Amino acid sequence: MDIHTLDITKEHCPMTFVKAKLVLAKINSGDVLEITLKGGEPLENVPKSAAEEGHRILSIEKNGESHVIKIEKN
Amino acid sequence: MRDYTEDQLERYSRHILLKDVGVEGQEKLLDGKVLIIGAGGLGSPAALYLAAAGVGMIGIVDGDRVDLSNLQRQITHFTKDVGVWKADSASEKMRAINPEITVHPYNQYLFASNIREIIKAYDFVIDGTDNFATKFLINDACVFEGIPFSHGGILRFDGQTMTVNPGESACYRCVFNAPPPPNLVPTCSQAGVLGAIAGMLGTIQATEALKFLTGAGNMLYNKLLTFDALKMDFRTVNLRKNENCPICGSHPVITELVDSDPAVCDL
Repeated sequence: MDIHTLDITKEHCPMTFVKAKLVLAKINSGDVLEITLKGGEPLENVPKSAAEEGHRILSIEKNGESHVIKIEKN
Repeated sequence: MRDYTEDQLERYSRHILLKDVGVEGQEKLLDGKVLIIGAGGLGSPAALYLAAAGVGMIGIVDGDRVDLSNLQRQITHFTKDVGVWKADSASEKMRAINPEITVHPYNQYLFASNIREIIKAYDFVIDGTDNFATKFLINDACVFEGIPFSHGGILRFDGQTMTVNPGESACYRCVFNAPPPPNLVPTCSQAGVLGAIAGMLGTIQATEALKFLTGAGNMLYNKLLTFDALKMDFRTVNLRKNENCPICGSHPVITELVDSDPAVCDL
């Protein structure tokens, strides 16, 4: 199992989840993607969208101004 | 997996966001090859949407030039294009929408002698023609080459479409057998068509091509979708492969392509 990281704090909807999907498509099933994102829209939508596509949300943690969500690829 | 540029990610973002398309589906579109036969009412919207979707290679065939009377429904042609080859005019618009794709205009009509050579370079064919002779020719050529295609036809306020997976689902001849006698086909002076229904039907055909390439959803195989725009009534009739079909039945009598007289009515 590999851990991958992605920073989408500079992205805006819908590119936030587009960037996340691009990485999720490249990594292996069971790998973990740690996404750093801003509060508000990205924090609301990215975990929800990832869950809707069958991935598992392992954790969501606040990290200063931003948040880190860990997603296990389906 | 290909490396998407930032521009590509943004251009195709609304596809990538779809669960049933995603990064993988968009990649299939970029690698996909679709031939549109007829740059008229049906082919126009199909060409624009397929180009916008990033279908990697799009061929468009038409042996006619743009006429002023086409502009009421053939939305890829503009007033400045009157007199220009339709396939060239459509190709110019496709390239303007999406410079990344490869577009092949064929400024010619299709006959028994050239159709197989042209269609075999493509994954999927859209029949946007206006006459029964060519519709049967496209069906037969696609059956022989094993290439799936979308049949479409419009007249007045009505449209019909079915998608054919040769050898697997009902073909156009399974349902309609042979072209109707020319005296039953409306002559040009009798035939009218509401422009926007060309968009309704051509866009359904484009959707079928995009579903075929991405693998999303269920194709319109073994189904004839018809609509009457006056009542805005859509119906789907279930079809099945016909054992007695002259081309894909158990004892086919059509074993080679032949040209028949077109009862042409420019729709």
